[in-house]
Amino acid sequence: MKRLIGAMAVLFLASACKFNSAGNNTLPIYGNRTPVTKTVDGKTVTDTLYQTIPDFKTINQYGDSITGKSLNGNIYVADFFFTTCPSICPVMHRNMLNVYQAYKNDKDVKIISYTIDPKHDSVNVLKKYADKLGIAGNTWWLLQGKKEEIYKLSESYLVRKPEEDAKQLFIHDGYFILVDKQKRIRGTYDGTVPDQVNHLIANIKILKAEPDQK
Amino acid sequence: MKLKVISALCLLSAILIYACHNDANITFKRYYTTGKVIYTAHCQNCHGSDGQGLSALMPPLTDTAFLRKNKADLSCFIKYGLKDKILIVNKKAYDADMPASDLAPIEIAEVLTYITNSFGNNQGLITLQQAEADLLKCK
Repeated sequence: MKRLIGAMAVLFLASACKFNSAGNNTLPIYGNRTPVTKTVDGKTVTDTLYQTIPDFKTINQYGDSITGKSLNGNIYVADFFFTTCPSICPVMHRNMLNVYQAYKNDKDVKIISYTIDPKHDSVNVLKKYADKLGIAGNTWWLLQGKKEEIYKLSESYLVRKPEEDAKQLFIHDGYFILVDKQKRIRGTYDGTVPDQVNHLIANIKILKAEPDQK
Repeated sequence: MKLKVISALCLLSAILIYACHNDANITFKRYYTTGKVIYTAHCQNCHGSDGQGLSALMPPLTDTAFLRKNKADLSCFIKYGLKDKILIVNKKAYDADMPASDLAPIEIAEVLTYITNSFGNNQGLITLQQAEADLLKCK
């Protein structure tokens, strides 16, 4: 009996390991999911509807109108920031520059940074920031939209809704969110931690290899 | 006899010099170590873990000539921040604002000791007295 328990424990452990290694090849899908039952060819099929990022209306640093549709066919990384942020934004974008360097020649991958201070961060301000940051082209967009809409949108990305404190500073968290071509969230990474950002860079490669993302 | 007195005096002064030197060394190390902690908490986000700055947004802290030339103003930069000023660092212009900080004079002296002796800089101790004197002359 003791042996049997031992053998079972070993099996159990082995299966746990196997599960983990399988997890390395596909990324999880985050968010709420709802089952949908529909009839296909006379058969009843149950499908899973995943949470997706809703459409949005913004303008990028070049003054071009950017909506959710502009990202159709792209895997992308999103974050929330503002150009005058004294605390975590510089370190976030220092790390995001590494993501940019890794994928700037890959048309499938984009980076979008929503400003949470659209009153100050006009198209001109965003363009200046982009130039100083040293980014060009259409890989990394800095997006200005309506404040309420961007704040609401942040909830869809499963990050903390930005707030303003007494000093009129904006409180937000520093997560980088990885979104796939179906607009589903596939990972969140602390953008202030270089190791997590390296993990993100590696995970984009894993995501790109999935059949759905070709 | 004379020789003995002289050699004793020499020995004594040598010990004194060594002790003082050692004392200064300990003070420097204390400032530097605390300064590093303050740097990590208050400066590193913008100026980077190696003082490398961030592209053209945040100036690096590696321009030794700049630090030497502006030594007397560095305490004021940290305490009151910078607004609408253009600094030329490593031959490049930086015009971003720097936020003011609520660091105490001793902390300013410590973090300046760390900065001016890291990232390729080697300018020695900046004492509390020096930082306090500099802070009185802020423009």
